[in-house]
Amino acid sequence: MRKILLENLIRGRLTEPAPAASEAALAELAGRLERSAQRRLGRSLSIREVDAGSCNGCELEIHALNNVFYDLERFGIRFVASPRHADVLMVTGPVTHNMREALERTWRATPDPKWVVAVGDCAVDGGVFGASYACVGPVAAVVPVDLHIPGCPPTPQAMLEGLLALLETSAKG
Amino acid sequence: MTTMSALADLLAAGRRVAGHRPWPRIEIDRADWERATALLGDGTLALSGLWGDAGAVHMAVATPAFDALAVVTLACPDGTFPSVGRVHAPAIRLERAAADLFGLVSIDAPDPRPWLDHGRFPTPPLGRSDFRADARRPYVFLPVEGEGLHQIPVGPVHAGIIEPGHFRFTANGETVVRLEQRLGYVHKGIDALMSGATLERAARLAGRVSGDSTVAYAIAFAHAVEAALGDEAPPRAQALRAVMAELERIANHLGDIGAVCNDASFSLMHAHCGVLRERVLRAAASCFGHRLMMDRVVPGGVATDLAAAGAATLRALLAEIGARFPELVAIYDGTASLQDRTVGTGIVGRDLVMHFAAGGHVGRASGRAIDVRRTPGYPPYDRLAFDVPVLESGDVDARVLIRMREIEASRGLIARLLDDLPAGPVARTLDSAGGGEGLALAEAFRGDVLVWVRIEPGGRVARAFLRDASWFQWPLLEAAIEGNIVADFPLCNKSFNCSYSGHDL
Ligand code: SF4
Repeated sequence: MRKILLENLIRGRLTEPAPAASEAALAELAGRLERSAQRRLGRSLSIREVDAGSCNGCELEIHALNNVFYDLERFGIRFVASPRHADVLMVTGPVTHNMREALERTWRATPDPKWVVAVGDCAVDGGVFGASYACVGPVAAVVPVDLHIPGCPPTPQAMLEGLLALLETSAKG
Repeated sequence: MTTMSALADLLAAGRRVAGHRPWPRIEIDRADWERATALLGDGTLALSGLWGDAGAVHMAVATPAFDALAVVTLACPDGTFPSVGRVHAPAIRLERAAADLFGLVSIDAPDPRPWLDHGRFPTPPLGRSDFRADARRPYVFLPVEGEGLHQIPVGPVHAGIIEPGHFRFTANGETVVRLEQRLGYVHKGIDALMSGATLERAARLAGRVSGDSTVAYAIAFAHAVEAALGDEAPPRAQALRAVMAELERIANHLGDIGAVCNDASFSLMHAHCGVLRERVLRAAASCFGHRLMMDRVVPGGVATDLAAAGAATLRALLAEIGARFPELVAIYDGTASLQDRTVGTGIVGRDLVMHFAAGGHVGRASGRAIDVRRTPGYPPYDRLAFDVPVLESGDVDARVLIRMREIEASRGLIARLLDDLPAGPVARTLDSAGGGEGLALAEAFRGDVLVWVRIEPGGRVARAFLRDASWFQWPLLEAAIEGNIVADFPLCNKSFNCSYSGHDL
């Protein structure tokens, strides 16, 4: 039975053609090239995800990047458990005051040079939670951000386009 | 005394507040508050929520069968109230939160430590004018004594793509002797953001308390608002809300079943569940315009009607799930290595789920046969018969099996809702001139969500409280892991899948 299921999965060819890198993301990243000039990531990225206050909607869509439709790993992009193994931090949520220190520490633990991607409207500008005693607000208020991917939550497609732009840019660096 | 008459007695003792719907709100004195506390402690009543307000504390209580509810309110002119947690443990964390956010001190509380306040707010929260001094001191974990014990602190940032929280394990060799959770890291101040918000903005906030349950929260919030304003959504809107709610339930259960199997090193299930989950989200996007269906349920109705083509898309989705999902269930049932990890792991006893009135699969896997779609019930479920699976073994396996059967039940529900979709408008304009107070429960995939709202004349939210099912499930996860090996924690945790954001607010 497992064999049948496996065959079904493969025969269906659910994995979709790679989208083009996002134009907006490429434009945003262009200005950042210099900072990464010393870095050659090749065609591979290791990402550490940090929920700094999200409602968990963004996490659901980040998870979807690993399903067979988007299959992030085929691009050499993978999620890693430790910031010490990461090139990229993908940060979600309006950074809460209760998570600020954890985010800063994760950022410091990530080896230089590194890229920070703010994922979702909350991470981009605070979103619906911005004006609260409990939230610092956008990720950029806490750590430097290289790429913003808006959306509430951004679709996996939008995230993929952004990450591919990062891959192209960093490979040129 | 029956639970019904105990509740009726309690209600007769106080002063009924006008304009609170559909269940009564009663202002009671300290003696009756203590009486209510005793009824919770001995299991005559169940606790469904406890929250602070300006100069008062509220508590939502229910009969254990959830066929009757009420809110009881105690004025706290001196900022104190007799602790409920002292005799009824499920209230402890809610009381700690009320102290953080309103400065309300629960007298004789068994655990007075701060909870959501980590001593990092730049201005005092919500109902406080000062900082909580003890929150600025280092957090003290519970002491553990014994030979050969070691501690493993984990988080707030975890290894996977999951929400932040701190777990402190005390282990003897591989065996967990105690788990202590520390939460509150994603506290966003939702209660404060709600106060003064327009209904439109408040609905968006409610739909972002826990993103995975955005539809359920939006439904609970809409019901509470509609109750407060003495109105209800048109029949077609109610049916479409339920279609979305059941899609959300299916999508989340698929994700969690796959994740549990993945943590048991069985990635095939994860891949297949991921395919079906993605199909559900794509169908949702094509029918309702958003993969998670955020902001589609609004007070008064729904924001998007379902076109005929949309109904066909959903029927095709149901057919695919109907064709594929039973095969996945058969694989789960037939894989000994998987069962070896899930059967007998992370057991929660019936007494605990009853005591905590734990909702969702956590309660139903341990013999608590409550689903608020059925009792107290709300439209359109009150005219539909559907299966509410209940098991007794209370382990990871039971929680997985409950979810599997709920997927089947939701599939049947959507099919019947589509067959019988009422015609007519999908929204109506609510008259908010008079304001009011409303209470509602909705069954999210992980259990019941409670929303209480007070609306000012003119339509702004004066105060809202949203209680996730997780409040009464997180403490049971501490109990579930006791005596299990540390390596089984991820499995237990995923089988619960409590919300951090929904709890931290
Ligand atoms: S951007 Fe939207 S989905 Fe993401 S964390 Fe914020 S509210 Fe949730």
